[in-house]
Amino acid sequence: MNVWLNFLIESLAFGAVFMYGSTGEILTEKSGHLNLGIPGIMCMGGAGGCMVLNMIGGLNLHPVLVIILGVAGALAMSMLMGLIYSFLTVTLRANQNVTGLALTTFGVGLMKVIMSKLDPTVYLVGPKKIFRWPFAGRTDALQYLGVLFFVGVAIAIIASWVLFRTKVGLRLRAVGENPGTADAVGINVTKYKYLATCIGSGISGLGGFYCIIDYMASQEAYLSLEAYGWLSIALVIFALWRPHMTILGSTVFGFLFSCSSYIANIEGITVTMAAKPLLKMLPYLVTILVLIVSSIRNKRENQPPASLGLPYFREER
Amino acid sequence: MEKKIALSMRGITKRFGSVVANHNVDLDVYEGEILSILGENGCGKTTLMNMISGIYFPDEGKIYKDGQEVVIRSPKDAFDLRIGMIHQHFKLVDLFTAAENIVLGIDEKGQHNLKAVNSRVSQIAEKYGFHIDPQKKIYDMSVSEKQTVEIIKVLYRGADILILDEPTAVLTPQEIDRLFTVLKRMREDGKSIIIITHKLHEVLAVSDRVAILRKGEHIATVNTCDATESSLTEMMVGKKVTLDIDRSDPVDPQPRLEVKGLTCLDKEGIHVVKDVSFTANSGEILGIAGIAGSGQRELLEAIAGLQPIASGQIIFTNPKKDKPVTFFHKSMKRVKEMAAKDAFHDKEGKPMRLKGMSNGQIKAQVAAGNVLFREDEVMNLRGKTPLEIRSLGVRLSFVPEDRLGMGLVGSMGITDNMMLRSYRKGHAGFVDRKKPRELAEEIIKELEVSTPGVNTPVRRLSGGNVQKVLVGREIAFAPKVLMAAYPVRGLDINSSYTIYNLLNKQKKNGVAVIFVGEDLDVLLALCDRIMVINSGAVTGIVDARTATKEEIGLMMTQTETPAKEAAQ
Repeated sequence: MNVWLNFLIESLAFGAVFMYGSTGEILTEKSGHLNLGIPGIMCMGGAGGCMVLNMIGGLNLHPVLVIILGVAGALAMSMLMGLIYSFLTVTLRANQNVTGLALTTFGVGLMKVIMSKLDPTVYLVGPKKIFRWPFAGRTDALQYLGVLFFVGVAIAIIASWVLFRTKVGLRLRAVGENPGTADAVGINVTKYKYLATCIGSGISGLGGFYCIIDYMASQEAYLSLEAYGWLSIALVIFALWRPHMTILGSTVFGFLFSCSSYIANIEGITVTMAAKPLLKMLPYLVTILVLIVSSIRNKRENQPPASLGLPYFREER
Repeated sequence: MEKKIALSMRGITKRFGSVVANHNVDLDVYEGEILSILGENGCGKTTLMNMISGIYFPDEGKIYKDGQEVVIRSPKDAFDLRIGMIHQHFKLVDLFTAAENIVLGIDEKGQHNLKAVNSRVSQIAEKYGFHIDPQKKIYDMSVSEKQTVEIIKVLYRGADILILDEPTAVLTPQEIDRLFTVLKRMREDGKSIIIITHKLHEVLAVSDRVAILRKGEHIATVNTCDATESSLTEMMVGKKVTLDIDRSDPVDPQPRLEVKGLTCLDKEGIHVVKDVSFTANSGEILGIAGIAGSGQRELLEAIAGLQPIASGQIIFTNPKKDKPVTFFHKSMKRVKEMAAKDAFHDKEGKPMRLKGMSNGQIKAQVAAGNVLFREDEVMNLRGKTPLEIRSLGVRLSFVPEDRLGMGLVGSMGITDNMMLRSYRKGHAGFVDRKKPRELAEEIIKELEVSTPGVNTPVRRLSGGNVQKVLVGREIAFAPKVLMAAYPVRGLDINSSYTIYNLLNKQKKNGVAVIFVGEDLDVLLALCDRIMVINSGAVTGIVDARTATKEEIGLMMTQTETPAKEAAQ
């Protein structure tokens, strides 16, 4: 296969990690909550899924059941994190940034402890084959497009459809734009905030699980998860708060992020050790560019939700 | 024809903490009528209506809709009872289209179908004579269009009782006419309309009946045809209450601050201060009366250098110490002329007319430094920042209405708050904390601020103590002009009197005090002159010793033409 096409497909597969992360974050942000706990939630999602796989490893279950249980484990763990976040920020109205950062620190640390206790031969070797069945046996980049990659693309498209084409989406966006207005027309603001945050966290957590089991499928994968979490948050800006845009955005990010290591494989290009980290900065650089361009154009639709980061409570006099 | 009662309230009471916002209110609304709720600011009009629309829940009392007792706990309950409120601050999502805002939150079966919504919106608009484009985004709309969206939003939900909170406050006269036409059409359609307002002429123009509220209580409901502007005003402001505030006569008032034709625009380009002219004299308290939001805040902020000024001048006259005359050698004639006009005085302050003196004698006197004159520094504060105003040597103090927002930093102690005025002093980048600390201790002692210590965050102090700290700081600055916006708002009686006394003391010290107040009794008892503003324009300046509450009440609420007559 053409080396560049190969590279593109790998970027697509790699980008799906961010796609999951930022689709989840977009849902949360649309409810007016900036969840900086995404890196930690992705880590915990990965850890949760791997724990379940570790437990059922010896049972020889049907592959579909393995996938379902693994996904359920990842969802449960990350939604639990989302629930903690929403309880603190929605009900107790704690500062969103502080809460998010605390969850990240907590999640990353706990994930490392959990992962070090698990057995890669049980949770990884067998399940890896199950998750990668669509292109089993291929040796080119297509092998990386596992089950969860397609699930992720579907989730991003469905999320966009829900947000921009349904009544639920209209209400959710109203909550994020102007919770007072939403409240006045009888929308249960707290419910929407909780649901958006928990479902968003679940989707992000799946990204962590996808990264460990499906895309990277190595026992060191979890070590770089936190960095991917931060990239996911940057991708939200790149995607201009539209979930379907994360499909394109994540491919660009994946391409830029991995080009440092990939370019070296292409003949005629040498990358020095010093240049590698510089090349890894490219996604952030692009994010800043997008931010600048969207700020200059100043189109209302491309701005973050108006009440992002602000706690809401019915005003008393 | 006997009309049916659509909604009635019985014995409604609502408290916020210790403040009673509504007390034992009974009110009936008939089908097919326009009812005005009239009252001063803070009389509980909006609170009462918020209880019908589900924003607040009454502490006591019952609400009946079509004869049935109902419990309204949320805006959704109100919608279900076909009651809709159009708030003063529109509750719309800027990013959505008109149609999206209108259907937001409605539980209808079936697909999210904006096309159907659009056509239904157009239908409603046509029925009542609105003009609206359902696909237009809210952020592209004018204020009047936004209001239309709000009204249609309520109608779309099938409301038959519509409450409009000060619907005309933001509209142009043409837009108001259009709104009234629409309201009358709705009345003919059998809907009950309640408008909250304090504009008398609108009450008379559009409503069938008027309910008057005063200090949270329902005073009376009268038929509009039986009411006149003065009868309504009387019910609205009530009988005069005598207050025990010492008021001394102004001593030697000199023009200190002269505002000429001041005009300010807000973000939308609407006039918030319209061609305001007045003079604040030293040793005098000038009161500013007006319905809240008539431009008082913007006016004071414009003077303080915090609000951009569209046109007009702010002339500050800074009194200077006596100076010996030095310019006689240029023109002896001019010296004589000025002397004849009492421009000069001797060291005891007695006027020197230099009459009957020869040129030589005058020269001798001048050379000896016996002929003094007072040179007032006159400067224009227009377009200057607060810092520039201060560096000009203009001692202007401003006690803003938002104490913890603009006046003080809530999370800092008293000492640190004192330093907000003096942080530029000190050496080599280090601030001088000693003097502010002394000042803080002095204020605590002098004004009897009850606080655990100078470093307790001021946010934790009670409202009265916060205000004492703020006023104390501004007074310590030895101002020539002291502007105080609602300085006693939310304060108990004792703290209020402390503030009145402080202001009176400043007046005696020759400070030009500008006092923005809401309680007419206080304004009449405390001030020397009262300037009344109405929608950003001055409707008159009256003598506080002779003016009556009704007179001021009328000036506050009437529209342009009659108000101008009253001012003359």
